[in-house]
Formats: sequence, C-alpha cells, structure tokens
Amino acid sequence: MSDLSIFIVGAAGEGIQTIGDIVAHALLKSGIAVFTSKEYESRIRGGHNSYRLRVSGPNAPRHDADVLLALNPSAFEHYRSSARPGATLIGELSDDEEGLSLHFQAMAKETFGSTIFANTLAAGALNAVVHLSPDVVQSVVEKRLSKLSDEVIQQNVRAIRMGFEAASKKLEPESGTALSATREDHVFASVHEIIPLAAAAAGCRFMAAYPMSPSTGIMTAFARDPELGVFVEQAEDEIAAINMSLAASAAGARAMTATSGGGFALMTEGLSLAGMTETPLVLVLAQRPGPATGLPTRTAQEDLSFALYGGHGEFPRAILAPADPQDAARLTYRAFDLADRYQIPVILLTDQLLADAHFSLDALTLPSEPPPSGLADPSAFETYERYRWTSDGVSPRLALGQSEHLVCIDSDEHTEAGHITEDLVETRPAMVEKRLEKLRRLQQEMASPEPYRVEDAVTVLLSWGSSRGAVHEAVDRCRDRGLRAGAMHFTELWPLPEMEPSEGVSYWTVEGNATGQFARLLRAETSFPLTGRMDLYDGLPIDAASIVAVLLGEEEEARP
Amino acid sequence: MIPAERYRTDVENQWCPGCPNFGIQAALKRALGTLDLPPHRVCLVSGIGQAAKMPHYVAAHVFNGLHGRAIPAATAIQIAHPGLKTIVTSGDGCIYGEGGNHLLHAFRRNPDITVLVHDNQIYALTKGQGSPTTRRGEKTRMQFDGVRSDPAQMLATAIVHGCTFVARGFAGDIDGLARILSKALSHRGLSLVDILQPCITWGNHPVAWYRERAIPIPEDHNPADRNRAIDFALEEPDRFPIGILYETESRETFADRDPGGETPMFERPPMDRRVLDARLSRLIVQRDRGLEKGS
Repeated sequence: MSDLSIFIVGAAGEGIQTIGDIVAHALLKSGIAVFTSKEYESRIRGGHNSYRLRVSGPNAPRHDADVLLALNPSAFEHYRSSARPGATLIGELSDDEEGLSLHFQAMAKETFGSTIFANTLAAGALNAVVHLSPDVVQSVVEKRLSKLSDEVIQQNVRAIRMGFEAASKKLEPESGTALSATREDHVFASVHEIIPLAAAAAGCRFMAAYPMSPSTGIMTAFARDPELGVFVEQAEDEIAAINMSLAASAAGARAMTATSGGGFALMTEGLSLAGMTETPLVLVLAQRPGPATGLPTRTAQEDLSFALYGGHGEFPRAILAPADPQDAARLTYRAFDLADRYQIPVILLTDQLLADAHFSLDALTLPSEPPPSGLADPSAFETYERYRWTSDGVSPRLALGQSEHLVCIDSDEHTEAGHITEDLVETRPAMVEKRLEKLRRLQQEMASPEPYRVEDAVTVLLSWGSSRGAVHEAVDRCRDRGLRAGAMHFTELWPLPEMEPSEGVSYWTVEGNATGQFARLLRAETSFPLTGRMDLYDGLPIDAASIVAVLLGEEEEARP
Repeated sequence: MIPAERYRTDVENQWCPGCPNFGIQAALKRALGTLDLPPHRVCLVSGIGQAAKMPHYVAAHVFNGLHGRAIPAATAIQIAHPGLKTIVTSGDGCIYGEGGNHLLHAFRRNPDITVLVHDNQIYALTKGQGSPTTRRGEKTRMQFDGVRSDPAQMLATAIVHGCTFVARGFAGDIDGLARILSKALSHRGLSLVDILQPCITWGNHPVAWYRERAIPIPEDHNPADRNRAIDFALEEPDRFPIGILYETESRETFADRDPGGETPMFERPPMDRRVLDARLSRLIVQRDRGLEKGS
C-alpha cells in the first residue's frame, strides 16, 4: 500500500501536533517517507485544526483523508467530509458513525488520573492502524521525553501500549494499512528550517525582523542557536527591521530580514533604499492570504506582484521561490551571492506551506564555503568613490569603516562619490542606466524553468514556488488517465530568463491567487501563449486533485 | 587633537546663509578633533531634512538613509562595526516625528551611538509646517490658526525611559556645544543631545529669543540625579536648561549582547562547518530495523 493520507484533527491546544510528530517520526524510523502539513486557525485555544500526514506518497498536500483521527466530536463533524469512502475513522466520533470509537481523554483519566496522557494514547492507537510496531513508537516517545523523569516516561510508554492495544482489539484482522519501508535514511525538514542554516552557511551575520506569521520561525531559529553566528534582533517594527538589516549590510555584514505581506508593505521604502544605495540585502517574504490581516495562518501565492513592484522608483531586484528544502538550501545561498555580486535586494518568496510542511528527502546538501565576499580590496584604490561608473553597472564596494577610504552612501540621487546631486543632464541619467544595467546583466544568469515530462506533452502547466510537488503529481495522474501533460516549474521568477514556448502546446498557469499574477508576468515578459489559468485562492495549499479536476473537466473533490 | 580642516569636504553646502546648523557643524568638528577621532573612524548617519545633510559637510563615512530611520540604521552600523564612532545627525521632525518610535526603542536598547537632534521647532525643508516641538498656539504655514497639540517633552521622555546620557545644547554657543558633544561622544551607551537650532527662515522666534531662554544648568547639578534631571527637562518650553541633564553608565549596551566583541562582522572568520553538519545530521531520521519486529 502506498500513498496514505492521515488527518489528525482537534482543537488548538489539544495536542494534534504532538501526536502527528510522534507518528511521523515513528514512520521515518521504520524507513517510510512522510510529508506533513498543518492547517489551523489563528487562535491559541479551540477551533478546528488538522495535522496531516501523507505517507509513502509524494511531498505534496492531499485534501482528502484515508484515516481520520478526531480528538473531539466537533472536529470530527468539521472534517468528516474530508474522509474518503471507506476511510478508517478513529477517536471521538459522532454516535451514529461506524469506526474505532475511542475516548482518549476518558481512558487517560481513568488509567492515569490525568487527561495529559490522552495524546500519547491517541498516538499509540494511530500506530495500530498503520501497523507500526509499538516498540518504534515507544522509542520515539522515550527520545522526546528524555529530559523528564523516569516515572513520566514509563507512564507514557504504558499509554502508548494501551492506545495501541485498544485500537488493535477493535480493528478487523487484515484491516488497516500495512506500509513498507522505502529508504534507510530520510532528511525530514521544512523550508523555513533550512533557510536559517543555509543563510549561516552563506556567511549571514545579522538579521533584524519583526514577528509575523508565517515568517517568524526564521528569526527564532537564529535566536535559539547562537552557534550559527547570526546576531538577531527583534525590531520594534518592520521599518526598523529592514533599515537595520540594510545598514548592517552597508557596514559589511551579510544581512537578511524576513516578514509576511503586511510587514513587507512597511518595508517597501527600505527596499527602495536598498535599490538606490546599491546595498545587498536578502529578504524572505513568507506569503499568507491578504489583503490586510487576511488569513494569518493560511497559505497563498498572492504577493508575487507585490514582490515584483513593491518600492517606489525603478531599481533592480531578484526574486527566487523555493519549492522544497533542497531548493531552500540552494536558493538561500544564491540569494546572498546575487545580492553581493549585483549589490541589490534579493527576495526569497515562500509561504505558510513551506514554513510548516515537513518534507522527506533522500539527502540535503549545503555548499561548503560561503560565496566570495562582495567587498573590494581597499588597497586597490588610490582614491575611492562608492558609485564609480563601470561597464556592468557594478561599482567596487567598500563597507563603511572598512578602510581609510571614506564611503558615502546616500538615499538621494548621488554623484559617483555618493553625494547629493541635482545634475539632471549627466549624473541622473547615468545613475539610472547604471542601476538598470545590473538588471540586464542579472537576467543573463537567471535559471530557466525546470521541465517535467514535457517531451511529448500537449498540455504544460506553468507553476512557481511551493506548488511543484502537487503539479508533478497532477502531471502523473493526468498521464495515468491518458492526457499527455507536462510541467515547467519556476524557482527563479525575476528577472525572467529568455524563453521560447514550444509549438502546438497548450500552456496553463497554476498559482495560488485569484488574479493570475504569474500569468500576467508571463504575458508581459514572454511570448508564452496561455490557454488557461488555474487560480486557487481558498487559503489551502495547491493540491494535485484540484489541478487534475480542472484539466480533465471533473468536479473538484470536496475540501473541508 | 585633530584640526577642523581635516573634516572639511568640498561638497557644496545647501543650508541658508547664516543658518545655526553651521554652528553645530563647527562644534561637531571640534569635538571630533578633541577626541582624536579621524574621519575614517567616524560614521555619520542621517535621515532627511536640512539637518540630515550634515554628513555631506563633515568628512567621515556617511549613511544618509530614509526620513525617520537614522536610529535603526545607526544601531545596526554600530553593532556590525563596533570600531566606528557612529553619530546620528538629523532634525526634530526626523527623529521625534517620523522616527519617534525608533527613538523610544533606542532608549530601551541602549546602543553605543550619539544622537544629535537639530531642534528648530519647525519643518524647514518642507517650508514651515509645525514639528513635534513647535509650541502650542504658534502659527505656521500649515497650522494657520496656531498649533493645537502640545510640544513633545522628549528629554523628559528620554530620562524616564532610561536613556543613559541626556543633554541639551545651543547652536548659538559653539564652545559650550563642543564641550557637551565631547562628553556625549565619550559616553558608553546611547547619548541624546537636543540642540536648539533657531530656523532663520521659517522659525517663529529670532536667535535672541532662544539666547534668552538657553539657561546653563547650575554647576552643582549631579547628572546622576534622575529626579532633578527630569525637573530641568520639564522647564521647557518656557526655559531650556543647557548642559548635561542626566548620565549613567550602569546599563548594558546593545553591543554587550554580541559575543563577537569588537571585531567588525566582515572580519569575523566563517562559521565552523562542523556546527552546520551537526544541525543537518539532526534532521536525518535513520531507520531502526531492530525495533520494527516488536510486539
């Protein structure tokens, strides 16, 4: 059996994350790949939330469940329609439902005198359904709790066994799902876990940011792990955050910041400052649905246009959009490299799915050395001017205080020396050309989209960012149904490289917004003839079923 | 002692002839010279406004950024390059108005920077609107019937919020201002100097009006006496006590949080690769065949 979708559903604070993490690690310890994602409300307690495990399938979300484990009856009712026909239902079910009705809280109270063991009981029960050995689960729990007392560990081990046995007793023999191991080792990580590691590897030294879902995990990763060597400051607002990061960069420190759409709105003047002062800066823009506060804990690809056009005036920038943790490692490193070589802001576009979802990968590598320093050798100059004309638009950069050569960095239009100017005849046009020449050079080295099964394809999906797993899955499923589909996925979005569409192919965009922002970009910048757009904007991550339904003209499967 | 000539630049000055900003410029050059700080050891940071053009007129490293954002920029420059003497020079509109929130949080953070506020009680570059320090009732080219808000009491606010050096100077007294600036620049932690800088084009009061109200703080004042310092600060807007109102060195500075110490961030060695490898290995989950056959 492969590709099993498990939903663990409950209220915030009930522990669905704990159960999900235990089961995910038990699966991985058994050599079985798992992709996990979270779908939750913006609140600390209550509501309807799900932790989703996709077992032995692709690293992509599914919105239907083969197994539904409910921690309370209200959550069960809420997610009941996500369960496929014949799905295994466990836990706090409605009275009239057939399934493994188990009352974890009552069992925990009765046996241990406390409901805090309900989660461990539930984790044990779920493992019976997927036929994992309770020994594996026990070892995961023991490791998780290793800092607690032996007594607590022993009680949890008992709870695991009890949950496992309670579920086993109710399961029909031969029912449930036997899974087989696929690999010995898995790297299990999210994109937002890898960005800080890759940034540290790339020589990042400074980050200032203001907490905003779903970007917050990046700043807290540096705070939690001082050995990464990144000085991190919680700024008073996003305006301070970007001005701090930018100024640290001007003083020679590789620097980054991270935010979501609302914070990016406050940062746009600073982004423009990075463009004008030609200061390297890496900015993670973790998207969530807007406008305004929108849906703080949900996902979207709504800020592509904002990332492209945010900031007043005209200046070069690069936009990169990872789809998985290995992309994150590569593109974070590339972001610092491009920022330094072209002296521009580089935006890494992610989203809530990439912040929270954990991928199972064969391997993950980080470059062994930071990219070469973007700072020049001060001894190369007799006299120094920060914005000296060059053929490629890139002036040798010295940091503030790097040497006795004085460095003048100015937000006004400036002379080669960096001082305020109002010379409209020579200096202004030349400085505009200098900045834009960098964009023309940058375009030459932007990566082409990654083709997937395009050789004989008649329908090709054009997608970007977090949707790659779902798009590839959709291509495979369409091909299983006789449609020769293919995909071209973009992880480097701006500037777009030169591209030629193939003759006789029907091109469709797939993206997580309602207005076809990427489609508009392609129409403006390329000659791709677009047959249609798939705009998905319900706040859930893009899944293969939604794409297949449109391509094959079928009813979309119900989403919760 | 470095002569003032060393800090000269050949950039055309855009201030009005006779502007008291020239007095602040002279006092700053003198203070830098007194402290033997050569231009390449100094970074001048500013926002936008006439005062914010000062960095172009004093030889030093320059970061002339966005309106209101000089303090976050200076805070980061100081931490990224602790060897630089980092000084903000901007106006009351920039630092108290557009950037007021950053100033408040700088009091909490205590970065080792000096903030010079050229306080002319008016928005000059935009031609005469009220500023956060314009007095109630004064007519401007925006508040035609008089300003209807009270002026900000920023020095009292600074002391209350733990700013570790709070002083006021007068641009019309270059000697006195240079002495205050020397002390501010020698202070470890955040030093705030509000400088009365009469605007001779848009201001509501002539220089003489300021001179009458610029009263030296009595010599017996102990700057560690916080309550008396607040009393002096609260004498504005009727009188402006000149001198050091408050000073303490008892607090941790922002740079004390950085384990990297005095080395500029760009000179620090690359991180230990083994740390990264250890973090990556934590993400690997190995199959454990021994457990799979269990009960």
